[in-house]
Amino acid sequence: MRRTAALLALALGPVLVLGVFFVLPVSGMLARGLWPDGTFDPGAVAEVLTRPRVHRVLWFTAWSAGAATLVSVALGLPAAYALHRLAFPLRRVIRAALLVPFVLPTVVVGVAFKQLLGESGPLGFLGLDGTPVAIVLGLAFFNVSVVIRVVGSAWESLDVRPAEAAAALGAGPVQVFRTVTLPALRPAIVSAASVVFLFCAAGFGVVLTLGGLRYSTVETEIYLLTTNLLDLQAAAALSILQLVVVSVLLVISGRLRAVPDPGVSRVLARPRRPRPGDVPVLLATGVVLLFVGLPVLTLVAGSLQVDGAWSLGNYRALGSTGDQQALLVPVTEALGFSLRTAVDATWMSLLMGVLVATVVTRRSRTRAERRVRSALDGFFMLPLGVSAVTVGFGFLITLDSPPLDLRDSPLLVPIAQALVALPLVIRTLAPVLHGIDDRQRQAAASLGAGPLRTVLTVDLPVVWKPLLAAAGFAFAVSLGEFGATSFLARDDQPTVPVVIFRLIGHPGAMNYGMALAASVVLAAATALVMLLVERLRVPSVGAF
Amino acid sequence: MLSLAGVSVAYDGVPVVRDVTLDLPDGGVLAVLGPSGSGKSTLLRAVAGLEPASGGRISWDGQDLARVPTHKRGFALMFQDGQLFNHLTVGRNIGYALRLRRARGIDARVGELLELVGLTGYADRLPATLSGGERQRVALARALAVEPRLLLLDEPLSALDAGLRERLAGDLHRILRAAGTTALMVTHDHDEAFTVADRLAVLRDGVLVQEGDIAAVWRAPADPATALFLGYARVLVGPAAGAVLAAAGRPPAASVAVRRSALSVAADGRLAATVRSARATPEQVRLVVDVDGVGEADAVASLDRHPGPGERVRLDVDVTRLAVIPTGVAEDQSLH
Repeated sequence: MRRTAALLALALGPVLVLGVFFVLPVSGMLARGLWPDGTFDPGAVAEVLTRPRVHRVLWFTAWSAGAATLVSVALGLPAAYALHRLAFPLRRVIRAALLVPFVLPTVVVGVAFKQLLGESGPLGFLGLDGTPVAIVLGLAFFNVSVVIRVVGSAWESLDVRPAEAAAALGAGPVQVFRTVTLPALRPAIVSAASVVFLFCAAGFGVVLTLGGLRYSTVETEIYLLTTNLLDLQAAAALSILQLVVVSVLLVISGRLRAVPDPGVSRVLARPRRPRPGDVPVLLATGVVLLFVGLPVLTLVAGSLQVDGAWSLGNYRALGSTGDQQALLVPVTEALGFSLRTAVDATWMSLLMGVLVATVVTRRSRTRAERRVRSALDGFFMLPLGVSAVTVGFGFLITLDSPPLDLRDSPLLVPIAQALVALPLVIRTLAPVLHGIDDRQRQAAASLGAGPLRTVLTVDLPVVWKPLLAAAGFAFAVSLGEFGATSFLARDDQPTVPVVIFRLIGHPGAMNYGMALAASVVLAAATALVMLLVERLRVPSVGAF
Repeated sequence: MLSLAGVSVAYDGVPVVRDVTLDLPDGGVLAVLGPSGSGKSTLLRAVAGLEPASGGRISWDGQDLARVPTHKRGFALMFQDGQLFNHLTVGRNIGYALRLRRARGIDARVGELLELVGLTGYADRLPATLSGGERQRVALARALAVEPRLLLLDEPLSALDAGLRERLAGDLHRILRAAGTTALMVTHDHDEAFTVADRLAVLRDGVLVQEGDIAAVWRAPADPATALFLGYARVLVGPAAGAVLAAAGRPPAASVAVRRSALSVAADGRLAATVRSARATPEQVRLVVDVDGVGEADAVASLDRHPGPGERVRLDVDVTRLAVIPTGVAEDQSLH
C-alpha cells in the first residue's frame, strides 16, 4: 500500500504535466468537434468520415506509410547487419551518420528532397518532384535510421551460437538466416516496422513541403482543415480517428515488444571481417548511404550557390529578414530562440523522463502495482503517436483562459516540445534502469546506504551516460520539432524550422537560398548533437 | 578418419592453439582435456569450421577441409548449453537437420532419437520448459539425427550439476557406442573424459601435451602438470619419489605422481609417518601426513580408524595409484 502510494506520488508531477499539457488540449480539440454548438453531435463526425476527400486522404496515408515502411525495412535490414556485425573501416562514423536523419528537422528533409528532385536538381530528370514517390522516399529517408537502430541493436546482441549450431547441423547461410536468425529478429523487425509506420502515418513536415495541397495525409489534412479551412469539426473527426488507430498500433507494438522470445540470450557479438559472401550486403549498405547522403549533399551544395555561382551569400543573408520582408526577425535571431527553447525543452523532458522511467522500471510486488506501472508506461507513450498538430492546436484553444492563460507564455513552446521528446527520453532511460538488478540496490541498502546513497552508488554510475544521451536526443528533437511549434511559436519569436517553412512559402530567389542555408545550419546543429550522443555509445538511444 | 596436422589457430594474431597434430579413427571417441583457457574449445571450433586455422591442415579421410564451410562438413556440433532453437519444439529441433535435407520419415526418426536419449513423448514440448539435463539430451538427439560422420561435443555436461553430470556421462557413453558415432569431445573434467571417451588428448596453453589410449595416459602422465590435472594429488621428486617407490617395491625414478589414496594407514605398512591433520568424509578419513624420508603427503584411513594430529601411523603404498613420470623436474610440485 505504502509502495503504491509512493509510486503515485513520484508519478504525480509528470502525470499532472501530461494531463494539463497533453490530455487537456487534445480533449479540448476533440470536444470542439464532438460538441460543435455545445450539444453532443457525433453524427457530424460520422458525416465527415464519408467525404470522398477524407477517403482519399485516409487511403493515401495508409498506402504511403505502408510503402515507406516497406522501403525503410528493405533498406534498413542489410545496413543493420553490416553496421552491427561486420568490422570495416569507418563503421562507427557511418553508424552515427545514419542516425542523424531521424532527428533532422522534417522541414529540412522536405527542402532537401525538393532540391534533389526538383526540375533543376541532380535527379530532376526523373520527374519525381511533387509525386507520391517523392513523399514515400522522403518518409523512408527518416525512418531507415529507425530500422537500422532497432534491428541493428537486436542483431548486435544476438547470440551467434544458435546460428553456428544450425550451420554445424548442415544449414547453409540462407537457411540459417531463414530458420534461426529471422525468427530471433522478428520481434525487433515487427516493432521497428510498426513504429516506422506510426511515424510515417503521422508524417507532417515532409508531406507538407513535398505534397503541397495535392497529396495530404491525415496529419497535414488536420493542419489544413484547422488553419486554412477552419473546419474544426472535420479536423476533430480526423484527430479522433488518428487517436484510435495510433492507440491500437501502440498496443499491438507494445504486445510485440512485451513477448520477445524469452530464451533469446543477449551477448554482444564480436564483429567479424567481411567475407566475399558479404559483398551484396555491403553494396546494399552503400545504396542506403547514398540514399541518405544524396539529399543532404544536394542541400549543402544548393545553399552554397547564388544565381548559379558559388557563394556564401545565402549564409550572409541569414542576418537579414529576407526578400520582401518575408520574416519579422532575422534567421540568426530565430536560431537563438531555437537554442533557448531547446534547452528549456530538454530539462523539462529529462526531469519528467527520469521520474517516469524510475517509476515504471522499479520491480512491482503486487499485481495492482504492476498494473499501475504498465498503465503509466502506456500513458506517457501517447505523445509518440498523437498528431503534434492536434496538440498544438489544442494548446491554442484550451490554454487561453485563466487560470491557464499561457498563450503568451515563453514556456508554451518548450513544454509542447518536451512532450514530443518525452517518449524518446523514457525509451532511452527505461531499459537502462530496468537492467540494473534490484539486488544491487538491496545489497547497498544492507551495507548501510540510505535511499539517496543507494541511487548515487548503484543507479548513477550506470545511468549518467544514458542520461546525457537522452538529453542530447531531446535537444535534437526539440531543435527540429515543427508540427506543434508551427501553431504555438509567436511570429516575433519563431524557431528555425518555422522560419524555414515561411521562407520556402515566400516568393523570391533569395528567400529560397536562405531557406537552404538555414536548413544546413539546423541540420548541422542537430547532426553535431547526435554525433556527440553516438560517442556515448548508449545502446538504447533510438530504440523503441 | 579425422586428421589434424600441425594445426594452429589465432585470434587477432595471438596464437590460441599451436601446432596440434592428432588422428581420430572412425568409431573412436576422443576427449580433449584441458583447463579453461587452454584453447580446447577453439580447437573444436576450428574442426567444425567456425574458426579458420592459421596454420596446418585439418582433413577428413585425406580431404583437406580448409575450404569446406561448416554446413558442408557433415559434422554436428553440440554446445555446452545445448543452443536449442527456442522458437521450435523439441521435435522440430531434433528434426531440424532432417528437414534441411528434406529427408523422409522425419517423425519416426525423431521418435527413435527421443527414445535413444530417454525423452519419449517430449516432441511437442518447448525447450524453455525443459530442465538442464533434458535440454542437453535434446541437443544430443538433434546432433545425432542425421548420423554425422563426426560429432563434436563442447563441454557437453559441464553446465549440469554433479549428480546429473555423472549419470548423463554414462548415458552419453552408451549412446555414442550404440550409434557407433565418431566423436570429439572437449572437457575440463577428467572424470567426464574417462567415462565417455576411449582416447585422451591433453591440451595446455594451446599445445598438445600428451595423446593416447585413455588408460595409458592415465597410467603415465607426460609431465607433473598433466599428472596434477588428471587428478593426481601430488607429484613427489628426488629422494621422496625414491622412498615411496621403494616402499612399493619399484625401482627409483626422478618423480612420481601420487593419488590421494595411494598411501593408506595399515598396521604393517612399510612407511612411517606423523599425522598432521585429519578430516572425516563419508567414505574414509583423509589425512595429511609427514612421512619419514618423504615429507608432506596425503593418505587415507578407513572410518573405524581415526588417527589424531601428532599420532604416529604406518602407511601402505598402493602401486596402482602411483604414476612414474619420465620427465624429471616438477616445477609446480607443490600444487594440489
